[in-house]
Amino acid sequence: MTQIERHSFDVVVMGAGGAGLRAAIEARMMGKSVAIVTKSLLGKAHTVMAEGGAAAAMGNVNSKDNWQVHFVDTMRGGKFLNNYRMAELHAKESPDRVWELETYGALFDRTKDGKISQRNFGGHEYPRLAHVGDRTGLELIRTMQQKIISLQQDDEREFGDGEKFIKVFAECSVQEIFTKDGAVTGCMGYFRETGDFIAFDTAAIVLATGGIGKAYRVTSNSWEYTGDGHALAMRAGGSLVNMEFLQFHPTGMVWPPSVKGILVTESVRGDGGVLKNSEGKRFMFDYVPDVFRKQYAETEEEADRWYTDADNNRRPPELLPRDEVARAINSEVKAGRGTPNGGVYLDIASRLPAEQILKRLPSMYHQFKELADVDITKEAMEVGPTCHYVMGGVETIPDTCASPYVKGLFAAGEVGGGMHGSNRLGGNSLSDLLVFGRRAGLGAAEYLDSRGGAAVAIDEADLQAAVDAALAPLNATDGENPYTIHHDLQTVMGDLVGIIRNADEVKDAIVKLDALKARAKNVSVAGDRVFNPGWHLALDLTNLLLISESVAKAALIREESRGGHTRDDFPTMDPKWRQVNLICKSDGTAVEVTQQPVPTIPTELLSLFDRAELKKYMTEEELTALPEEKN
Amino acid sequence: MGYKAKFRVYRGDGEQGGLENYEVDVNEGEVVLDIIHRLQATQTPDLAVRWNCKAGKCGSCSAEVNGKPRLLCMTRMSTFDENETITVTPMRAFPVIRDLVTNVSFNYTKARQIPAFAPPTDIKAGDYRMQQIDVERSQEFRKCIECFLCQDTCHVVRDHEENKESFAGPRFFIRAAELDMHPLDARTDRKSFAKAEQGLGMCNITKCCTDVCPEHIKITDNAIIPMKERVVDTKYDPVVFIGKILRRKPRETGKI
Repeated sequence: MTQIERHSFDVVVMGAGGAGLRAAIEARMMGKSVAIVTKSLLGKAHTVMAEGGAAAAMGNVNSKDNWQVHFVDTMRGGKFLNNYRMAELHAKESPDRVWELETYGALFDRTKDGKISQRNFGGHEYPRLAHVGDRTGLELIRTMQQKIISLQQDDEREFGDGEKFIKVFAECSVQEIFTKDGAVTGCMGYFRETGDFIAFDTAAIVLATGGIGKAYRVTSNSWEYTGDGHALAMRAGGSLVNMEFLQFHPTGMVWPPSVKGILVTESVRGDGGVLKNSEGKRFMFDYVPDVFRKQYAETEEEADRWYTDADNNRRPPELLPRDEVARAINSEVKAGRGTPNGGVYLDIASRLPAEQILKRLPSMYHQFKELADVDITKEAMEVGPTCHYVMGGVETIPDTCASPYVKGLFAAGEVGGGMHGSNRLGGNSLSDLLVFGRRAGLGAAEYLDSRGGAAVAIDEADLQAAVDAALAPLNATDGENPYTIHHDLQTVMGDLVGIIRNADEVKDAIVKLDALKARAKNVSVAGDRVFNPGWHLALDLTNLLLISESVAKAALIREESRGGHTRDDFPTMDPKWRQVNLICKSDGTAVEVTQQPVPTIPTELLSLFDRAELKKYMTEEELTALPEEKN
Repeated sequence: MGYKAKFRVYRGDGEQGGLENYEVDVNEGEVVLDIIHRLQATQTPDLAVRWNCKAGKCGSCSAEVNGKPRLLCMTRMSTFDENETITVTPMRAFPVIRDLVTNVSFNYTKARQIPAFAPPTDIKAGDYRMQQIDVERSQEFRKCIECFLCQDTCHVVRDHEENKESFAGPRFFIRAAELDMHPLDARTDRKSFAKAEQGLGMCNITKCCTDVCPEHIKITDNAIIPMKERVVDTKYDPVVFIGKILRRKPRETGKI
């Protein structure tokens, strides 16, 4: 038998982005031993890419802000499909989670009175995003990394062993989660550096693996985003919710080709940047949908006044939620009003003095200067939609982040589903991972307490089978190159299950994905197990294919357009579909999608909305069932 | 627009290996990392390289291009002549694992040795008040993406493995400076720690670290020199010296 390094921990956290690190901190503070398993080096996770900020209704810049307004904005942004309880917890707890980071050493930008500064962002009624220039994600991840060191230093002092309670396993990929009688018993994986196998006997696993962007070619996501947690959860018996909803961020770089898809932060628009087509027109005024009509300016003059007087003017339409802006850019380009490289113009140069741009958007300046040789203080940027975020994810119980199907399985951050409904607001991701990262760590600790200290162990035959499966691509000869299959997968998803979808194309995609699955079984890679990227990709492909199938199958069933799911054969939002969540489960080979009712929003939360607004989302029956209320 | 570029890439592990020659397609607007990826996809599927964000934000793809420490994702092909042979090698200061991937655990070990931020005991979460001007100095150092190019280029360790034990390196001098300049950090021994435990004295200010920093952090001018000056101030200023004895501060050596 292949040699396998064996460990035992109370909790294994998969992923070392914001959600994973926050979960690990919480589980440790609850007295549990924690393994942090990360595909990259510590501190490199995708959270570093988050630029804009963390949304939290602290009310530092506009004192009218509070959790209720944040909740309303989040539900409105998600087109009322959000799990209301998650949106409620998120809105209520975000401020505490942000303030807590200051006690770990974070240094946010400040207001004049010394509080944490907050910036405007799409879909947020008030300036709400705590930020550090345009590198907020880096600040979050570094802060939590340093908090973990701080906890390890405490353990070193107290127990003489800094890794007694928290140990980081860097460049380590988890391949399989094991269960017995519906409860987690452990997981196995391999070290990327050496190819050596490792197994963890553990009763609690927190998935914090991020998203699935690598199913698409034009994406802001890195190689890590292969849907590992999504796929592992399904294979372990868990479920995914809302997988049809993908966020295409409206502003990715479109030139040069090698950086196509890399993110251009929404802060550019939050700080005054405007979108123009090739005719020089600020086209977003033509794309304000009825549900948002009341909150957005109708003229450029009003929109421009808003930046200095938000109380008496409505917001510029460039700050509509991301799904709206992405579709608008898509339409402009399709109508032939795009830039030479197939995007639109994002202009901050004519809107702010150069020194302000350098101060507020330093990393954007740097990114364009170095990668595209464009000086954003002098010229407009060329931007277009890029696959950015998956709203869908592992279905969990909101308060504990626990899977309803697999005992001991938890999920937080992008890999979790439900919080953002059909579309996530910018800034709600960093706060999501803080709020639910903490809750997942807490949930795991409470689960361990409730089950007592009974030992768990992985079934040896299961472990051996997982090792054999992992070695298959290296043992095979004359199979297909994984890079080719990955390339073809990205073509299928981008062309047929992209930003605009229809039944025929999605059906075609499902057939093609089936063929790709067959080809992937026959993959072979050259070289040995030592840092072999071909082998790593071959293993990640299994996950990518399973989640791509989930996205496509759910996208075919949902016959309406809502948030991050646009069907040109069903172009409008249908209140009947608002009552339905699509749930994906899998036996590991194929994906089954079932319908499940969306949890009913309690009256006290519904009363935060005008009836006129609810009418846009709810069926007649739902509206008549509502108690008579304010208006 | 495209052309075929000549590349020499280090292939091998820590024990043995050497430069191998490749000819590979280059398109307009590409960076060195694109070319490495094209090699992987078309000629050498097992060529090892670390990378994540491909936008100069995560600091994973550090290596040396024509002997110069660089982020591969931020090194544009247009900066080279089309006839030039481009040599890509792993960072020299760290042990090679495979091809362009090195073992950078030295840096994580040094990170764990710096005493963490000490929150003020009398201010509760939510009540922290700091002025922008006071946080900006530390914020400059918190821009660090931990690419470790400064560590790689620093001649104190680049060719002197024996110095690694007692020398933390520029990345961790800015961490010390960042904490020293943090308006609310409760510890007062950051400078003496840098001198006593981090080997700040071994730095002789050649500014190589500043030159290679992709975030353009003024490591030498804004962190190392002020820390050195302050170390000198506090160590030799007789008033400070006597004051310290009178106050009998614990942990003055910075031991954690």
